[in-house]
Amino acid sequence: MAEFLSYFRQDRLPHIWCPGCGNGTVTGALIRAIDKLGLDKNNIVVVSGIGCSSRAVGYLDFDTLHTTHGRAIAFATGVKLARPRLKVIVITGDGDSAAIGGNHLIHAARRNIDITTIIINNNIYGMTSGQASPMTPHGMLGTTAPYGNVEYNFDLCELAKAAGATYVARATTYHYVLLEDLISKALMHKGFAVVEALSQCPTYFGRKNKIGGAVDTLNWIKEQTVNVKAAAALPAEKRAGKILIGELHSVEKAEFTQQYLELIARVQRANPTYARNKGVPGCELNSD
Amino acid sequence: MPEKARLMQGNEACTMAAIAAGLEFYAGYPITPSTEIAEICAEELPKVGGKFIQMEDEIGSISACIGASLTGAKAMTATSGPGFSLMQESIGYASLCEIPVVIIDVQRVGPSTGMPTSPAQGDLMQVRWGTHGDHPIIALAPGNVKECYELTFRAFELSEKYRVPVVVLTDEVIGHMREKVVLPDSEGYTIPRRAMPQSPAGYKPYAADPQGGVPLMAPFGTGYRWHCTGLFHDENGAPSSKPAVASALMRRLNLKIESKADELADCVAEGLEDCDIAVVSFGSSAMAALSAVRRSRSEGDKVGMLRLKTIWPFPSATVQRLLAPAKKILVPEMNLGQLALEIERAAGCERPVIRLGKVNGELFHPDEVFAAIKEAF
Repeated sequence: MAEFLSYFRQDRLPHIWCPGCGNGTVTGALIRAIDKLGLDKNNIVVVSGIGCSSRAVGYLDFDTLHTTHGRAIAFATGVKLARPRLKVIVITGDGDSAAIGGNHLIHAARRNIDITTIIINNNIYGMTSGQASPMTPHGMLGTTAPYGNVEYNFDLCELAKAAGATYVARATTYHYVLLEDLISKALMHKGFAVVEALSQCPTYFGRKNKIGGAVDTLNWIKEQTVNVKAAAALPAEKRAGKILIGELHSVEKAEFTQQYLELIARVQRANPTYARNKGVPGCELNSD
Repeated sequence: MPEKARLMQGNEACTMAAIAAGLEFYAGYPITPSTEIAEICAEELPKVGGKFIQMEDEIGSISACIGASLTGAKAMTATSGPGFSLMQESIGYASLCEIPVVIIDVQRVGPSTGMPTSPAQGDLMQVRWGTHGDHPIIALAPGNVKECYELTFRAFELSEKYRVPVVVLTDEVIGHMREKVVLPDSEGYTIPRRAMPQSPAGYKPYAADPQGGVPLMAPFGTGYRWHCTGLFHDENGAPSSKPAVASALMRRLNLKIESKADELADCVAEGLEDCDIAVVSFGSSAMAALSAVRRSRSEGDKVGMLRLKTIWPFPSATVQRLLAPAKKILVPEMNLGQLALEIERAAGCERPVIRLGKVNGELFHPDEVFAAIKEAF
């Protein structure tokens, strides 16, 4: 335990999350994965957007970037392309990544930029106290869906895969060991990696939907899921309506920043005499 | 020297200056009339080891620039009205978090899609107040191609020095106009670079030196492990909603730039000393205005000209001093009186400030300004 505390800015604790929230579980899984892999603290940048889950970065002892709502992946794209040697991790929520930031999610996936994106999906906007999100299941309640949600939620993993992400996995805060293992694999993957962590918001989602407290909400999540390996052996009727967890997609594909570095090398070889035009701020104009 | 003479357009001059100033990172989204800047960056930046990325929208563009700048890279984007509107939230982020970034806004007619291929100067107030909350910003307005080069270079110097977003406010005509420019000699010149801390020990990312009010900026990935947040924050970068912390931060941020308004003032004055009427303008409107002023003077009328190159922070004291002799002030601009508002505020008292606004997508003709001067007498 103590060795993991060194990954936290202890002067910033305690955190702001509600009792029973799953954000700490996911943050813990990330820290243990980083520790297990022996990654250099000074080489990690963790970027987040806005929402409960995005507050995680403030507690972590890395270079951390708490950005505007939905833009974490866009900021992270700048960090990674400017300095490809850095290990760039995004922590985001379902509202942050699937609603306001959905465009950046699919385009980062399309580019296959080497960013590990952990989406903490609690099916609700927690920070603003319980509005329906693009991940609120059909028929369930939120303060902006008081008569039941008539919209449908995304399958974020299918979305990421279709958009071009080269590593896609899903786990839950109940399946903690699996979650840590999948985050480790995502961190080691060279390319755009998405780990969706299904997580409980007992305060707003659980209570509004009369599921119960933290443990009840955690069990509610667990009961909907089936491991992708186990699912292969199940008859179709038993798989119906289940959410698959485990490693869902993993392929090798040339990574964006690596390709850009190769492009620079190629262009510089073709322009060997090119020198940066160092200017002074005072040039002449031949006409007035 | 002559071998460096080039016929180039304003957008190209902005880009060449940015590369000369050490541009390492460009993120942008295509939009008329700024697109040439992205195209030239895509071609030229890899040659100097820099990075270009075409983002999915302007929000992503400015966000990626801020991310890159946090690693120590000099970053720039370019856009026009609709894209500039989209960037506003993250410009506020850069302003609050004190992250250097340069934005070229090649203005076109708005609001909305407006007239994409025609010039306007309607972003003058958006550049100052486009994002929410009081915040510092610097905006420079070139009046010709040569100044596109000079002021873009200057934008990088100021952005790095003050850790503030700097906007180069051009327009469709300044951006697309071609002039012969002699590029400056590079000998002995240092590329602008932000001040950095010496050691991670005891580093406080937002502890500002009391003189200048600008904290030292550690690049991400160099062992400082600091927290950058758009929440109000204390000297350590920790989020805070304490009234005293919020107040100190806001006052330091705004004072950092507003206190330099006269130092940053940059304008071209002609014939103001004995003028009855002063014409005040900027950017491409100032070309027609200057021509009209010279014609009036040649006909014996006491008319002077003031062209602003620094728009924000507004050089109130300088403007007040230079316009002191004028009995009336005429402000030709390609909007409905945005600069005139500031002139009224800074130098108006009991003198008429005559608005000469134009919003039809056409440049001023010198005859229009000349006629307005005649009418003002």
